[in-house]
Amino acid sequence: MTIRLKPVDAVIIGFGWSGALLAEALSGAGLTVLALERGPFRDTAQDFPPSRVADELRYAVRHDLVVKPAENTITFRNKTSQTALPVRALGSFLPGSGVGGGGVHWNGQTWRFRPSDFTLKSRALARYGKNFLAPDLTIQDWGVSYDELEPFYDRFEYLCGISGQAGNLRGARLPGGNPFEGARARPYPTPPMAMPYAPTLFADAARGVGYHPFPQPSANLSQAYTNPFGVVLGACSYCGFCERFGCGNYAKASPQTTILPILRERAQFSLRTQCTVLTIAHDGKGSKARGVTYTDDSGEVFFQPADLVILSAYTFENIRLLLLSGIGAPYDPASGKGVVGRNYSYQTTSSVALGFADKLLNPFIGAGALGMVIDDWNGDHYDHGPLGFLGGAYLAALATNSRPILNHPTPPGTPRWGAAWKRAVAKSYLRSMRILASGSSLSHRGAYCDLDPTYRDRFRRPLLRLTFDFHPNDLKMSAFATDRLAEIGRAMRPEWLVVDKREAPYSIVPYQSTHNVGGAIIGADPTTSVVNPYLQSWDLDNLFVVGASAFPQNASYNPTGTVAALALRAAEAITTRYLRAPGPLA
Amino acid sequence: MRRRDLLASSAVIALIGCAAQTPESGLQFFTPEEAARVTAIANRLIPADELGPGAGEVGAARFIDRALAGAYGTSRDLYMRPPFLPGVPSQGAQSPLTPAVRYRVGLAALDAHCRAAFAGRGFVDLSGQEQDRVLADLEQGRIAITGGGRAFFDLVLRDTVAGFFADPQYGGNQGMAGWRLIGFPGARYDYRDVVARHGEPYHLPPVALA
Repeated sequence: MTIRLKPVDAVIIGFGWSGALLAEALSGAGLTVLALERGPFRDTAQDFPPSRVADELRYAVRHDLVVKPAENTITFRNKTSQTALPVRALGSFLPGSGVGGGGVHWNGQTWRFRPSDFTLKSRALARYGKNFLAPDLTIQDWGVSYDELEPFYDRFEYLCGISGQAGNLRGARLPGGNPFEGARARPYPTPPMAMPYAPTLFADAARGVGYHPFPQPSANLSQAYTNPFGVVLGACSYCGFCERFGCGNYAKASPQTTILPILRERAQFSLRTQCTVLTIAHDGKGSKARGVTYTDDSGEVFFQPADLVILSAYTFENIRLLLLSGIGAPYDPASGKGVVGRNYSYQTTSSVALGFADKLLNPFIGAGALGMVIDDWNGDHYDHGPLGFLGGAYLAALATNSRPILNHPTPPGTPRWGAAWKRAVAKSYLRSMRILASGSSLSHRGAYCDLDPTYRDRFRRPLLRLTFDFHPNDLKMSAFATDRLAEIGRAMRPEWLVVDKREAPYSIVPYQSTHNVGGAIIGADPTTSVVNPYLQSWDLDNLFVVGASAFPQNASYNPTGTVAALALRAAEAITTRYLRAPGPLA
Repeated sequence: MRRRDLLASSAVIALIGCAAQTPESGLQFFTPEEAARVTAIANRLIPADELGPGAGEVGAARFIDRALAGAYGTSRDLYMRPPFLPGVPSQGAQSPLTPAVRYRVGLAALDAHCRAAFAGRGFVDLSGQEQDRVLADLEQGRIAITGGGRAFFDLVLRDTVAGFFADPQYGGNQGMAGWRLIGFPGARYDYRDVVARHGEPYHLPPVALA
């Protein structure tokens, strides 16, 4: 029997970055806000003290902060003709679970997308003509511009205290920053982090080739910082336990270290953990969402009425809850019609491993977003016409994830075990590094999500089914970017070098990135998008779907900055416009 | 559920049932014989040499024993609902066999193989060279084991390496031998004073959590 609860003004599904940003804005506007989080409560002092978090086995190998497949997973296949099978153990991506969501175990790489990313399709058509793009690409413009998002990127960067060097301040080029970035109204709130040896070697080599290296914008702070709410973050200690870990120094921006301290003081805000939302209740297209049904550890089922519903779970769960709740037309890959589940995309990554005979790199000195980057082969600031692909990659050397269980490089030709392996590992650990290409991912007709016909979760609901493979455009892009990366690698004069290209088929097994995007995309046209440019459902005007599920395709950059900017812009539209006159905002 | 899966599930119950350990062994999953075999294997995968002790000497069997007795051994946190269908490699492993079952079955099969091939001698009775040869055969899939010989080798190798480099509180890496071998300082957690000292050796010894 479903227990009906007292109504609230707004219910938030999922308390990661998106949910926390919306919770702050809506409760700050005086609304009663209830956030429902599927995972446990966690906070710095009790869960991430330095005496506990430096534990590679628990967090990096056994995935303690990540959703457990036993609780929720997806099924996967490369193409429609295959039978999707469950992702039984996570590999390629690691969605968070628990208070803070992926904002706890993320690496802190905080990017803005470039202005051209938001008009990718119209720009490509204008510059390269309509025959340039493969016919099965379904990329589209966002319906929101960089200039419209800039104030919200800025707000998020100042909420977190992001460490970095501006390259374009109100149109003025600044030395040492990214010369290709969009104009920013203010510099980064804190200076770049101190740079370890390996990224410095990469930057020197890149500069020698004529590129423009700059420090990775980072939510691992170079110095203590007090944010606009008066919440104090600490300085990064370069401990090396960052991505996949909580931070024991309050130095990595997360919902816990930036927003939660003030939310806890607000009587109109409440948070319930270990609560899994089962469906969103509504009265059909063109009506309103009425609230959500959820269940908790007791096994009881509750109905929570609400005037506003914020769906801010991870990409996969945003899509699944829309499908399970019958909101929006499901995408049909045969006809290309329908919107929910359409335009899934990912990240096209590759890397080059290097070893040195004479250089002591001390890779244990690290963070999550610590390194040097070049953007010279990213985006659309070079002519793609002769190259035959759209998109690009940033190339980087990051001092990260060099803990020994998962990272113990050996020169090519080394056996996998035995005496020779042991000698090679002993020699190589302190003298090896990896440089990477983080490339864009274009949406295409055969990449989508729907409900699986066979496999179900612990509540007997269908799992989400992902159908995805790399598009030839992206493989061509990745091959080009990887070649440029290897050139820089060779210019670093290593003793050995191994190129790890990205090839099809996409595999769910090796870790690539937790940048699963799309499926509930933003747009100006309801026939090709799920939400309008304010992340408001085209079907139910009091439902907002927040997160990277809104990306029509993926840029090369890590998504969190753009997720946050979209969330803050939606929050402002709700508090300044929707509350005064509830109805469609676009 | 297919017949093979059903058999495997029954095997889980039957095999786990005999795992009760005597308190004095300190083992939670392995029998003392199984633990001895794992120690011997680990000492070949990461052998003792002039650089330091072998993985078996510094607790590989204890590390794996504890892991198998817990969530890892039973695949507690993984999606284990049927049907288990063969897929393509890009879809990831699809098997009802948990690590606990793989070890129980794999260690017995490996020993049986040795006794047949080496005139009644088990794995622990072989010379180092003979053990290496058996392990190479296992790695190359030349020894038949339920769930796959190569898969069993990969599992043992992965777990041995994990134990060798994990915090010593988990039972392996005793004396921080794995960390000392490569120069990893463990849970020091603060390198602010050395981050910009490029190319200099780091002199402080490693520290562990517990």
